[in-house]
Amino acid sequence: MKSPFRSEKDAFRFVWLVIGYCVLIVVAYKIDHWLGLAVFLVLTGLALWLGLRGRGERPIRQAPAPSPPDEHRILVVANETVGGPELLAEIRERAGGRTTRLFVVSPALNTPLKTWTSDEDEAREVAQRRLDASLTSMRAVGFDASGEIGDGDPVQAIEDALRTFRPDELIVSTHPPGRSQWLERGVIERARERFALPLTHVVVDLDADRS
Amino acid sequence: MSAAAEAHHHGPPPIHYSSRIAPPVLGMFLFIASEIMLFGSFFTVYFFDRVAGHGVNGHWPPPGLHRPVFVAFINTLILVTSSGTMHWATTSVKRGNRAGLQAGMALTFLLGLTFLITQIVEYHRIGFNTSDTSFAATFFGLTGLHGAHVFVGLTILLVMTIRAFRGHFSPEHHHGIELGGIYWHFVDIMWIVVFVTVYLL
Repeated sequence: MKSPFRSEKDAFRFVWLVIGYCVLIVVAYKIDHWLGLAVFLVLTGLALWLGLRGRGERPIRQAPAPSPPDEHRILVVANETVGGPELLAEIRERAGGRTTRLFVVSPALNTPLKTWTSDEDEAREVAQRRLDASLTSMRAVGFDASGEIGDGDPVQAIEDALRTFRPDELIVSTHPPGRSQWLERGVIERARERFALPLTHVVVDLDADRS
Repeated sequence: MSAAAEAHHHGPPPIHYSSRIAPPVLGMFLFIASEIMLFGSFFTVYFFDRVAGHGVNGHWPPPGLHRPVFVAFINTLILVTSSGTMHWATTSVKRGNRAGLQAGMALTFLLGLTFLITQIVEYHRIGFNTSDTSFAATFFGLTGLHGAHVFVGLTILLVMTIRAFRGHFSPEHHHGIELGGIYWHFVDIMWIVVFVTVYLL
């Protein structure tokens, strides 16, 4: 069934359909109460029939294919630390010379206020820039890397990514303790509890890297 | 995983791979379903009261209680107009017409506020209260529930209007306007159904 609220344009069109539906029922009701009931039943039946006609359009199941035996898959989740040398070194070590496919999730980090007011365009743009830069650096050292922008909550972002990418292991990169909000929020522990996958936590000290 | 393997499985559960439905679509479906159940329960009470109560004697609403049909009709026109201005705002932002977006959002907010104030004033003048009859209780329940939705919608519209005047939206990025618009049209549709059910039938 196609939702009449799929877009603002569809919803506006639905407003006028509802007005037409109600006007016909009220006019019929004013002529005769039973006629009003009959018009209501006929119109409602017609609307249901039209709405349910498209029931064949089922969502496509996208369970990800298991990785081939000769391929190692790693799901990488990182915020600003995504381009850090420690992370790249860890990925190289985990890959261990095998054919490795990387999927990078860059969470769209936002403040609670901006999240509540749907003000996420800037956060997504920043996340996209981070993602593009990290994919470029990973491809430059020979990895098959792809990725997507994820939910602001990194654990949720991992869960979303697992629906299309089946990794052999996870790597989560954070700032050092004391400067990392993710560590404050127990992201690593929550991810270990929720996902039955080996998880490696990489600490990237961007300040030390710059100096 | 087999039952035997599951029995010996320690640690976290295996990863669950589900079908992937776009989150906004799934969210909107769940939202509409919950709203239909919420309003549906109120409508059920209303119709039950009407059929099983006073309505069977041909007196609906009960004698002495008068519904302000004309004011509600004007309010309906106000709300339908606000849907038009909301659509204008959304169309404007898609075309890069910033003035149209700002005017559309401001007008939609003002029309919505007018609707809510008119409803509150009408509550004071209506001449009966929630405890007077079951009709009065369901009348205030249904219209009040809708009024609460208008209040939420106005809060969303206010935020979006402020953001529109601060230049946050562009033809490429206007997700907030789109979602706010969908919600506002939903509020409009629910009012039309409430108006027809409570005031006209």
